[in-house]
Amino acid sequence: MAERGSNRSPETGAFFQRDRQWHPPAFTPNYKSSVLRSPQKALLSFDNTLSELTGPVFGHAMLGELDNDLIHNFAKAGESAIGERIIVHGHVLDERGKGVPGVLLEFWQANAGGRYRHKKDGYLAPLDPNFDGCGRTITGEDGSYAFRTVRPGPYPWPNGPNDWRPAHIHFSVFGHGFAQRLITQMYFEGDPLIWRCPIVGGISNKAAVEALIAALDMHATIPMDALAYTFDIVLRGRRSTLFENRPEGN
Amino acid sequence: MAQSLDRLKESPSQTAGPYVHIGLTPNFCGIGGVYAGDLGSTMVNSETKGERIELRIRVLDGTGTPLKDALVEIWQADAGGLYNSPAELRGTADPNFLGWGRQPTDMETGVCRFHTIKPGRVPFRDGRLMAPHITLWIVARGINIGLHTRLYFSDEEKANAEDPILARIEHRLRVPTLIAERQGDTYVFDVHLQGEKETVFFDS
Repeated sequence: MAERGSNRSPETGAFFQRDRQWHPPAFTPNYKSSVLRSPQKALLSFDNTLSELTGPVFGHAMLGELDNDLIHNFAKAGESAIGERIIVHGHVLDERGKGVPGVLLEFWQANAGGRYRHKKDGYLAPLDPNFDGCGRTITGEDGSYAFRTVRPGPYPWPNGPNDWRPAHIHFSVFGHGFAQRLITQMYFEGDPLIWRCPIVGGISNKAAVEALIAALDMHATIPMDALAYTFDIVLRGRRSTLFENRPEGN
Repeated sequence: MAQSLDRLKESPSQTAGPYVHIGLTPNFCGIGGVYAGDLGSTMVNSETKGERIELRIRVLDGTGTPLKDALVEIWQADAGGLYNSPAELRGTADPNFLGWGRQPTDMETGVCRFHTIKPGRVPFRDGRLMAPHITLWIVARGINIGLHTRLYFSDEEKANAEDPILARIEHRLRVPTLIAERQGDTYVFDVHLQGEKETVFFDS
């Protein structure tokens, strides 16, 4: 793997084209909601302009002390969320293998019983009074991140008559350009529901699904406290600006 | 055999799902006290330069029904046409304008509103000026990968006519799907995900 880290000067090259055979397509009829929410016409392709090459940057000052601790950020003093205590950690990298520093990561999830703190979730599993399910952090100089939470439970959803989501954590990731913007889901190693899920099944390439499965990482556990999972996220990389006419600068 | 050109593969996208608000706009869905406010909900302050405008955006499915669980993010230049980004090398953007905003569509009406400023013009790769525009990124339940599009302004006819991206649209009947209609200080913009009035979405 290429070197991680380093953010000496801002990169301004265009992003590699997205591989839309690797991503799920818009229309995946086994995931019923996609049927009426998928464009039917071809996307308009063009090389990135400044509008896609640039993107917002968020400072560490915005973060609260417990923003990356879902076990405690909604809990009453002295209490904590119920469930299997875990650490999720990894790196945000680009396609060239370089760490992407200073990017905002946001995550959300159900509680240990598979219930979301959202008024549209009517699942009979109860809410945990000490758990809300949202967190965020900003990657370090080497693109690394970590947060603490409880492992979410699977939950049923009205798609097929008996569909269950595998345990998962939603991730929202900013890069340095708005064209890198990505939302995805992290799954857990060994979960037999992964391969039955119509949302996962929208991805046709097995290796692409495996890229969303976090591995149990015994090296990062805290004995007598928490297990750990490793999950690396890869964003679009930038082309080098070799021999390009760039009248807008650079 | 030649040397390998292997790169890492981008992480595959997955839908944001119906409960995207928990993570991205927790105060909006009743989770108070964790973050001071929802990120991206306020875009301008009294010092921000430029003409104040409101965007009133809806996202409609293939039946014409507004989505009540979508999330829209916008990214735009400041009034002088500069982006507040490290990759902006032409100058320093208005320090009172981040240029980024985020709003959920209303759970009853499906409308989302942004209070922002009208952006200045930004150059295309060859130096020609693009028309003023705002980049939109839309996620929701049922959308497997975030949709990129642009909002242009109905009162910028001349600039729109010379915009290099709008010029790329082969089917000219589809150009108006990217143009928001001015009503006073408000621009009204309906994004059609599918069907006859389908909005032009980008792969860029």
